[in-house]
Amino acid sequence: MSVDINKLEQTATQVRRDIVRMVHGCQSGHPGGSLGCADYFVALYFHAMKNDPSFNMDGIGEDLFFLSNGHISPVFYSTLARAGYFPVSELATFRKLNTRLQGHPTTHEGLPGIRIASGSLGQGLSAAIGAAQAKKLNKDNNLVYVLMGDGELQEGQVWEAAMYAPHNKVDNLIAAVDYNGAQIDGSTDNVLSLGNLRAKWEAFGWDVLEVEKGNDMAAVVAGIDEAKSRTRKGKPVIILLHTAMGSGVDFMMGTHKWHGVAPNDEQLASALNQLPETLGDY
Amino acid sequence: MKKYTFTESKDTRSGFGAGLVEAGKQNENVVALCADLIGSLKMDAFIKEFPERFFQIGIAEANMMGIAAGLTIGGKIPFTGTFAEFSTARVYDQIRQSIAYSHKNVKIAASHAGLTLGEDGATHQTLEDIGLMKMLPGMVVINPCDFNQTKAATIAVAKYEGPVYLRFGRPVVPNFTPADQTFEIGKAVMLNEGTDVTIVATGHLVWEAIQAGEELEKLGISAEIINIHTIKPLDEAAILASVKKTGCVVTAEEHNRLGGLGDSVAQLLATQLPTPQEYVAVDDSFGESGTPAQLMEKYGLNAASIVAKAQKVISRKK
Repeated sequence: MSVDINKLEQTATQVRRDIVRMVHGCQSGHPGGSLGCADYFVALYFHAMKNDPSFNMDGIGEDLFFLSNGHISPVFYSTLARAGYFPVSELATFRKLNTRLQGHPTTHEGLPGIRIASGSLGQGLSAAIGAAQAKKLNKDNNLVYVLMGDGELQEGQVWEAAMYAPHNKVDNLIAAVDYNGAQIDGSTDNVLSLGNLRAKWEAFGWDVLEVEKGNDMAAVVAGIDEAKSRTRKGKPVIILLHTAMGSGVDFMMGTHKWHGVAPNDEQLASALNQLPETLGDY
Repeated sequence: MKKYTFTESKDTRSGFGAGLVEAGKQNENVVALCADLIGSLKMDAFIKEFPERFFQIGIAEANMMGIAAGLTIGGKIPFTGTFAEFSTARVYDQIRQSIAYSHKNVKIAASHAGLTLGEDGATHQTLEDIGLMKMLPGMVVINPCDFNQTKAATIAVAKYEGPVYLRFGRPVVPNFTPADQTFEIGKAVMLNEGTDVTIVATGHLVWEAIQAGEELEKLGISAEIINIHTIKPLDEAAILASVKKTGCVVTAEEHNRLGGLGDSVAQLLATQLPTPQEYVAVDDSFGESGTPAQLMEKYGLNAASIVAKAQKVISRKK
């Protein structure tokens, strides 16, 4: 199957436009990590995953995705809307009263595409493992994906889950770490260093691969394809996805300061100048 | 006073184990998870019958709650198993976000609840779990009284769609409810009709309430005794109807006075039918080591204490 990288890039650019406009629209939310993961989300939902936007919670017969670091909800919502899960116009309601697009993703308001609440960190890998084991019991040969933040790996539950999945040969699972090296209070190296992440995951029994250019669509697509080829071989697979927080908006890159800050009007205009409209704004 | 007899004493956790096997036979989607306490939770029979539907998690309760939530996606009906303390306080945020807020069909099976865990002491004796769980929107909270009722409750919650906290205990206690009972979530069981005082009891205190009723009868006091196996949703109609007749109430539970069944009853009565109430509960303290009987005596959770509180609350009637 040939991959139209150019088309995926255009979609990712539109997703980035959505992200900055959503965060600007409610003057809150998390643009930094959202922008950094735009390429990964688009590669998943528009290339790698077998998924059905008509959405049914159990997701039997399709691939599933779980977002563990729920604060990057803008990129999740934009991707789901652009993939047809709900109207793109609904992105305008992000974080506003009575919205289905809560600050952090939830099943509570019935938004199609969301299968579990996340926001309190460290819980998504466990849920993804459970969903992957349910697939095995159901003889459903599709895959389960989960994304975590790198700062999130400081949560102990992640390592409970990290120990469990290889022991139980949960090999229909592709985890990914948004490895941008930054968290709210600064760099992960300064706050609580993660050490040798590859060695840590390998020591726990995972098949680890790295995508060095996590904001290069061709590299992300190749990385996810490679990860898929390594599934069902007895080990869970994890991608260390090297991204840049704020990717695509020059003044949001190279700093952790845009983790959870919204742009003002001038900053929004500057950001949008760097991101041409491709699919049409909401 | 209606006569209650029993031919054997059994632990409520064995009722859970028996119910789990039956639920597993009735529905192939029922699965079980355990955090290194298979014997304590009486899961052996389920594992023997359905080995592929059992998940040994290890000593990692947070991960267990998350995996259980994930298993529901795909239609499974997971029962998690560990002590009540580690089923609640240790993993409250995981339950809150991944199970309750996400409205996942997880059954949290919690053994060794309350003081009657005994010699292990306060680290393992949760007296706060009912309060923690009933505060979560959408969470059903059940505390059955004996082996038969725990078995019936386990089968019933497997058929119910939504998160449930099912609390039971360690020691053997009289098994007096009918083996063929149907368990209706949220429906109080009237054990004895009376006119002078209502005794609302849950869990291990239900048998104590029956004994207290017999003692009160000797003192010329007619006690109405209600088994509240479901603390949330509370059978408000049953309690209001009884209290309207008797004019006073004693609540009895193996839990902290704060946050338990007594508080649920007090809130109901304060808003709908202000009534004198006395609590048989642990008075805002931790437990300690001892035999179950010694502890229930020391902390005032037995028939004698219910009798004393009944006399007191009757004296408070206007």
